[in-house]
Amino acid sequence: MTLLTPVLEPMRVAELRTLTYREAMREAMRDAMRRDDRVFLMGEDVGRYGGCFAVSMGLLEAFGPQRIIDTPLSESAFTGAGIGAALNGMRPIVEVMTCNFSLLAADQIMNNAATLLHMSGGQFNVPLVIRMSTGGGKQLAAQHSHSLEGWYAHIPGLKVIVPATVEDAYGMLWTALEDPDPVLIFENSLLYNLRGEVPLEPAPIDIDTARVRRPGDDVTIITYGMSLHKSLTAAETLAEAGIEAEVIDLRSLRPLDDATYINSIAKTHRAVIVDEGWRSGSISAEIMARIVEQAFYELDAPIARVCTEEVPLPYAKHLEEAALPQLEKIVTAVKSLL
Amino acid sequence: MTTLTISAATTATREHGLHLLREMLRIRRFEEKSAEMYSASKIRGFLHLYIGEEAVAVGVMEALRPEDNILATYREHGQALARGVSAGSIMAEMYGKQEGCARGRGGSMHLFDKETRFFGGNAIVGGHLPLAVGMALADKMRGDERVTCIFFGDGAVAEGEFHESLNLAKLWHLPVLFVCENNQYGMGTALEFSHAVTNLAKRAASYDMPTEQVDGMDVLAVEEVARRMATAVRNGEGPHFMECITYRFRAHSMFDAELYRQKTEVSEWRQRDPINQLMTQMKTDGTLTEADVTTMEREIAQEMDEAVAFAEAGTWEPLADLTRFVYSEN
Repeated sequence: MTLLTPVLEPMRVAELRTLTYREAMREAMRDAMRRDDRVFLMGEDVGRYGGCFAVSMGLLEAFGPQRIIDTPLSESAFTGAGIGAALNGMRPIVEVMTCNFSLLAADQIMNNAATLLHMSGGQFNVPLVIRMSTGGGKQLAAQHSHSLEGWYAHIPGLKVIVPATVEDAYGMLWTALEDPDPVLIFENSLLYNLRGEVPLEPAPIDIDTARVRRPGDDVTIITYGMSLHKSLTAAETLAEAGIEAEVIDLRSLRPLDDATYINSIAKTHRAVIVDEGWRSGSISAEIMARIVEQAFYELDAPIARVCTEEVPLPYAKHLEEAALPQLEKIVTAVKSLL
Repeated sequence: MTTLTISAATTATREHGLHLLREMLRIRRFEEKSAEMYSASKIRGFLHLYIGEEAVAVGVMEALRPEDNILATYREHGQALARGVSAGSIMAEMYGKQEGCARGRGGSMHLFDKETRFFGGNAIVGGHLPLAVGMALADKMRGDERVTCIFFGDGAVAEGEFHESLNLAKLWHLPVLFVCENNQYGMGTALEFSHAVTNLAKRAASYDMPTEQVDGMDVLAVEEVARRMATAVRNGEGPHFMECITYRFRAHSMFDAELYRQKTEVSEWRQRDPINQLMTQMKTDGTLTEADVTTMEREIAQEMDEAVAFAEAGTWEPLADLTRFVYSEN
């Protein structure tokens, strides 16, 4: 599939430059390492190879093997080592190739990163950033394509962020590195080639609020990550039919910024949630529950969801496309509410 | 059962011997008091006693400095006490009081103390080994001459995280002292039913780091190996691994009927009680009198009574604080 140019609010800063999402992540890491000696990157093939998705290309040459550390295929140990280094005063960035592989480090993420501050009665915080790719759409089949950000959002003690724009890729990584607690960044791998603008003098951007990416009065589409771009395109299609959708980019799945989507629903009275995770026990289910709890009487129609079909993602292109949220499904879901 | 001999104690001065004896006795009496308070329902959850293994924590701790990092398992009261975490704050932790060393959030299995750089109290077997690697990595990156000392059991050697961590520690030449407390059982499963190679030092040696087996019932032997290895680690010679052959005299936890081992085996190991062995040796050497023991026991009994009193007097954290410490407050 082709990447679609996102429809975003114009930047207020006069001087901009165009980067890809991949370059923005790289620049964010480069600038963070220049600012702060405690920041370093480790993960599989982040150095000599340049990163599985070429995100860290060139950083080894710039910062050397002491700060751009190639690790063996030991997800648990190098993620745990990131936690240990964070406990001991550093600001590590751990890169896990895909969120499917992060399950090999799930013990470290859940049992250590998320719990140490609490178990120690507030004595030991874990200022760690874990970056991982997520999402399907590249025919990588059932062990490289899943969207597990919603799972991780279940866990108290973690922050789970899902930057969907180039500007957020840069600015949210900056803020994540300044956070005293563990932050998981999910980067949809289809976004790496996305082009967008960032200020010449970039700044950190908050990691705990949602954004209205397209205003509209008729229906609220709540989404994040790659699905944001599909939803924005769907909104344009709907506009041709006279339906104005308000598109909300969650940006963070933990914490969830309830106020932004509840306020929108108070205006539109209709909601569609688009989530690349599976439907059952998902973040879309959590958002739906919160809408019911907080805005039940605002609703003029049932809440609709567009999620990934409940299959491990298949290899065959037509099957994979059919499994994932797509433009047509979003358009159909919206129309079903009107 | 492994046949081991006690090492010569000729290098131990009287003061040093008394210090080691006192530290081991403090742990023994603390654990007995903990069992008593568990029976009285003052302590709940899991309680894993260190009785029989005191020489390991006490011997190793002699080799460490205040700036070093320590990580331990869920059977860690001994390490915490030997490191200098107060008996009162540990007892209060097990009572669930906010005066506890983790404000009652951790309990027996999760003792933490920032002041003494005691990083838990970790209850996923093997799960703290990667943390030790990362802590040592941070020290190496900054050029800090700290040792990260990690205690773990024989059970952890079967975990993937053990092998991943030893590989990383050696690959990156990190200042880690790995201390395996081989007490012969992973919960109720004996070594021979868990490990294809029961010589655990040999397993570690495959990562090309210096390894040594030591009689874990002999505090002087443990101390000697720990000092040598800690010095080497501190001098930049990379990770070292010591396997302390020891035995847990009591049940795995307070819920264990001990169906998996013979009473005769326990009583044989009790013949090699690390405290009795040191006492006997010091008396033979003429460095310990009955009066010394009486005085020491009296002082320790008082310390333990005070620990219980501190825990009893402790307060419950207000329910309004329940969700604190999930995220940092500043």
